[in-house]
Amino acid sequence: MSAISRLFRAREAGILVMLVLFVAVVSLIQPRFFSTETLRIVLLAVPLILVAAMGQMMVLVARHVDLSIGSILGFSAIAAGMIFRDHPEWPLYIGFAVGVLSGAALGFVNGLVVTLFKLPSIIVTLGTLSLYRGLLFILSGSKQIDPNDIPEPLIRMAQTSPIDIPWIVIIAFGVAFATWLFLTHSQIGRQIYAIGSNPTAAPLRGIRVMPVTILVFTLSGALAGLAGLIYAARFGYVNPGITGVGFEFTVIAAVVIGGVSINGGVGSVLGTVLGVLLLGSVQVALPILGVSGFWQNAIYGGIILIALVIDRTVRQGGLRGLLARGGA
Amino acid sequence: MTVSAPLVSARGISKSFGGVEVLRNVDLDLMPGEVHALLGENGAGKSTFAKILAGVHRPTRGTISLAGKPVEIPSPIAAQRLGITLIHQEPISFPDLSVAENLVIGQVGAKPLGRVRWAELAKEARRLMGLLNVPIDVTVPMRGLSIADQQMVEIARALASDSRLIIMDEPTAALTPKEVETLFKIVRRLRDEGRTIIFISHRLEEVRAICDRVTIFRDGDKIETATTASLTDADIIRRMIGRPVADYLHRGVSHVGEIALSVRNLTLPGRFENISFDIRKGEIVGLGGLVGAGRTDVARAIFGVAPAVSGTIEIDGKKVTIHEPTDAIGLGIALVSEDRAIAGIFRSLSVETNITAAVPKRIAPRGIIRRAVEKALAKQAVDKLSIRLATVRQPIGELSGGNQQKAILARWLLAEPEILILDEPTRGIDIGVKAEFYDMIGELAAGGRAILLISSELPELLALSDRILVMSEGRLTADIARAEASQEAIMHAAVPRSGRTAGEGAAA
Amino acid sequence: MNSPDMNTIKSPVSAAPTPRVIVREAAAPRPRWQVWLIRPEVVTLVLLVVASIVATRLSPFFADLGFILESSTYYIEFAIVALVLTIVIISGEIDLSPAAQMALSACLFGTAFKAGAPIPVAMGVSLLSGLVMGAFNGVLVTVLRLPSIIVTIGTLILYRGLAQVLAGDKSISGFPGWFVGIDYRMVGIVPVPVLVFIAASILLGLFLGITIYGRQIYQIGTSEIAAIHAGIRVRRIKMGLFIASGLTSSIAGLMVASRLGSVRYDLATGGELTMVLIVMLGGTYIFGGRGSILGTFLAAWLLVIIATGMTVANIAINAQLTVMGLLLIVSIIATNAIYARSQR
Repeated sequence: MSAISRLFRAREAGILVMLVLFVAVVSLIQPRFFSTETLRIVLLAVPLILVAAMGQMMVLVARHVDLSIGSILGFSAIAAGMIFRDHPEWPLYIGFAVGVLSGAALGFVNGLVVTLFKLPSIIVTLGTLSLYRGLLFILSGSKQIDPNDIPEPLIRMAQTSPIDIPWIVIIAFGVAFATWLFLTHSQIGRQIYAIGSNPTAAPLRGIRVMPVTILVFTLSGALAGLAGLIYAARFGYVNPGITGVGFEFTVIAAVVIGGVSINGGVGSVLGTVLGVLLLGSVQVALPILGVSGFWQNAIYGGIILIALVIDRTVRQGGLRGLLARGGA
Repeated sequence: MTVSAPLVSARGISKSFGGVEVLRNVDLDLMPGEVHALLGENGAGKSTFAKILAGVHRPTRGTISLAGKPVEIPSPIAAQRLGITLIHQEPISFPDLSVAENLVIGQVGAKPLGRVRWAELAKEARRLMGLLNVPIDVTVPMRGLSIADQQMVEIARALASDSRLIIMDEPTAALTPKEVETLFKIVRRLRDEGRTIIFISHRLEEVRAICDRVTIFRDGDKIETATTASLTDADIIRRMIGRPVADYLHRGVSHVGEIALSVRNLTLPGRFENISFDIRKGEIVGLGGLVGAGRTDVARAIFGVAPAVSGTIEIDGKKVTIHEPTDAIGLGIALVSEDRAIAGIFRSLSVETNITAAVPKRIAPRGIIRRAVEKALAKQAVDKLSIRLATVRQPIGELSGGNQQKAILARWLLAEPEILILDEPTRGIDIGVKAEFYDMIGELAAGGRAILLISSELPELLALSDRILVMSEGRLTADIARAEASQEAIMHAAVPRSGRTAGEGAAA
Repeated sequence: MNSPDMNTIKSPVSAAPTPRVIVREAAAPRPRWQVWLIRPEVVTLVLLVVASIVATRLSPFFADLGFILESSTYYIEFAIVALVLTIVIISGEIDLSPAAQMALSACLFGTAFKAGAPIPVAMGVSLLSGLVMGAFNGVLVTVLRLPSIIVTIGTLILYRGLAQVLAGDKSISGFPGWFVGIDYRMVGIVPVPVLVFIAASILLGLFLGITIYGRQIYQIGTSEIAAIHAGIRVRRIKMGLFIASGLTSSIAGLMVASRLGSVRYDLATGGELTMVLIVMLGGTYIFGGRGSILGTFLAAWLLVIIATGMTVANIAINAQLTVMGLLLIVSIIATNAIYARSQR
């Protein structure tokens, strides 16, 4: 048993229990929820969130936040969509490259501004959230990428693959696996945890905080860009005013449910995957339970707050420690 | 070790922080296979010198040679590459990473995209821990390890990177005698392997036990380097403080009155237990003990920063409840806290704002601040305590440490407290200003105030206190009258007898 | 570390026979003019003057004060909340949820009105909700000791989500005529909302500038731990600030409801950016302890001129987002740089 899996076992077990309980309760109320069809719908709903959640998770582990991923997703989807629309003869992978690379570039800018000027990432990315959205309006001329401009092979990726699981699902879980490899088995991956765990000690131990942090934001951007292509594949259109708006909150909710601490240094891929699955199940369960879709955001907000309180409670050694006075 | 060439050769090392020279022209040779003590009062320059070797600071002037070759040590990483490791007094670690990872993270020569071989990593970590003979599970996260264990991990890290020079900055401050013994065994073995160890400590008996040579610093100058055996304790102390301890004694016999503060069975689990004592008006009660013994926690509890869970506090014979500092201030208690930079000053705000911070009612009786009153109060305080500054409008951060501390004392004197708790009031203050402080503390007691003086400097405690309480591991272990007080008596009571010290330090 | 250029002189204390005793004197103070010039509000003022001149050159509209005042009504609600946000940020916290609070309190107002409550009662409900929302933020921050920056992201989503639950995707309208159109009520040439903004600026400016509470807020923002040790009731003051933020947001929400004559769950969407932007443009330090109401007041007008200027220049609202985002980042960088220079 490796050290790291032991570190996070408790948190992940908790999320798994929550997921099982949720599915059980919903299935009791509405038996048709418990079906392979539901599983299929959930699996189709999660790739978009999962891919971006992997990036956001790395950012949170490094003790930062990236609020701009919704705008990056939109930007990359528009950029790739314009390639598809204006150059239908080009192969698909060029669109993919444009989407991912443009996302990486925007993420790089986030990381650069945050580290170069030592600013709180939440405010910087609040700014770039607006900046990138504005840029995507300018880039697209406020015009939507219509369904008939999205290439057929891309749409099919959201439906099938040689092994009957849609490509986007395979891609998403592949990204999760790669992230796991990177975070737990590479030196840089471990350094990300170290930076989040104790940012002042990191440079004293020879960790180059600035390049690693910039890399984390760049990866987050690149993955948001990839999510943009998944969006285009799944919904078959890209709209500058709709695509990715508010997406950052969904992703942050999924990641913090997954046990990733907002205080940095703590979080695992497995936990995040479970968190995304739980959120996906909630999304799918709401209409089945007859709950209005309008509840979705309120529930996300509530979940984030509850996760924050739980994280705090765990760190303070139980409720007593949490409510104890003093000790700034 | 008379013939071998020095491992480190420092020549003419000087260091200034913004115009203030804290180190002047220090020459020092460190031999391979020696344990070398750096001694001196706080602020004497020994830590600065150590930090220059470790790449934390860069010298303003001077050269350093390592094994005969001149070197530049621009950063801690560079120091590590040269085989120099600094073990900090409060170990730095990554609490969320495992012990094994803490040992190797950032290690020289690791490839960024290289694989982390978990199995080998754990094996190597266990081997290192085995060398040190400490039973720590290397797969658990650092969070939750006691300070002593964290220190062992730091030492293991120095072994892992095969350092030639290991600098230990007060490594024993938080250790039990048994742990100190283990540490010394390791240090001796490292020495026998031909490594050089710099040992910074305030405890002379430890220096005697383990160090081959000592170098004494005072006010930024190197006073002397000699073999430990050639100096008596009195010699060392005289060289450290530059004058006999007795010079500090300015106080006559004080007139002690009624009981002002009475504390009974105060307990805050994990910090301190069953603390009971009285302080009378006009009395200075010293509170000694090792760092982390819980002295600061008791002070914070009485002042309401982190109140005790059980126990009672009586003031002038009346039972009181203190939930927060506001309550304590209302009852006539003041606390000059240990950590001036964090818990004392408002760095970017003006001196006058800092001085009047605890008396809102006096500067703003109806909620609106009266500038004239404020300025007058601040000016009076500045004159009274002879705080050296250009103008009271100046940000307090521009003042020297001693004058900042005077301003904080002035803040509390404005509140006219009956009970004054001073937590390490002279830490990091120049000797000249220190003497002024001692006079002031004496005057305050003579004026009928009850004073609780927490200090880690034994001469200071001995010179000022009417009585000395000693804490160890969260308990009160001695109440020594002035006549019987001695360094030995205090240390005897301060050194823990059982188990491990609590993991928490006393820091605010 | 000690500050630079301190003088080293011999100690006047003769008690010590030590050959060399060093007394660290205080540094010489900065010249007065420098102290004034490095205040970020001065930069805001200069920018405001420059922007006004440029705008009048580009379009004759800007020479007309009435036009500017009229245009400002689109931003003035945010500017009013930004005044309180300034104080919150000076205290070392942040509140990103006011825009969502505006939406929820306005939707509560609309729902109560639709349910048959008279307007004053519905307004009362709305104000009460602002109080409750602010208190909820305050409890999470001061009692549970969670970082406000992330808590208010959570409550931002929660409050906006609840507004959505309440109002769905429909807009609520049909308010009586006397309630609608606050931006068309004038005192002289000044629309009422602008008057409210000016009055609030003066009141809050005095509160922050000359009262003991204002002083203590700066102290808390400079060093919270030192403030606790000085006997300042940090939690109580922060709680009060979050409640004030909630209450002000609900007032601003009602003003938007009056201006638009209808409410929707997406009222004031993205307003958190505008508010933070105004505060940052006004030179308030993102890490607390420094800043002023005057700066925020000037920055509000700067924003009005820039935004209106872009609209006059026919730049689409959506593309204006680019400028807003860029301005936010540039203004934080600039403010930090200014404070870094003055911090020694």
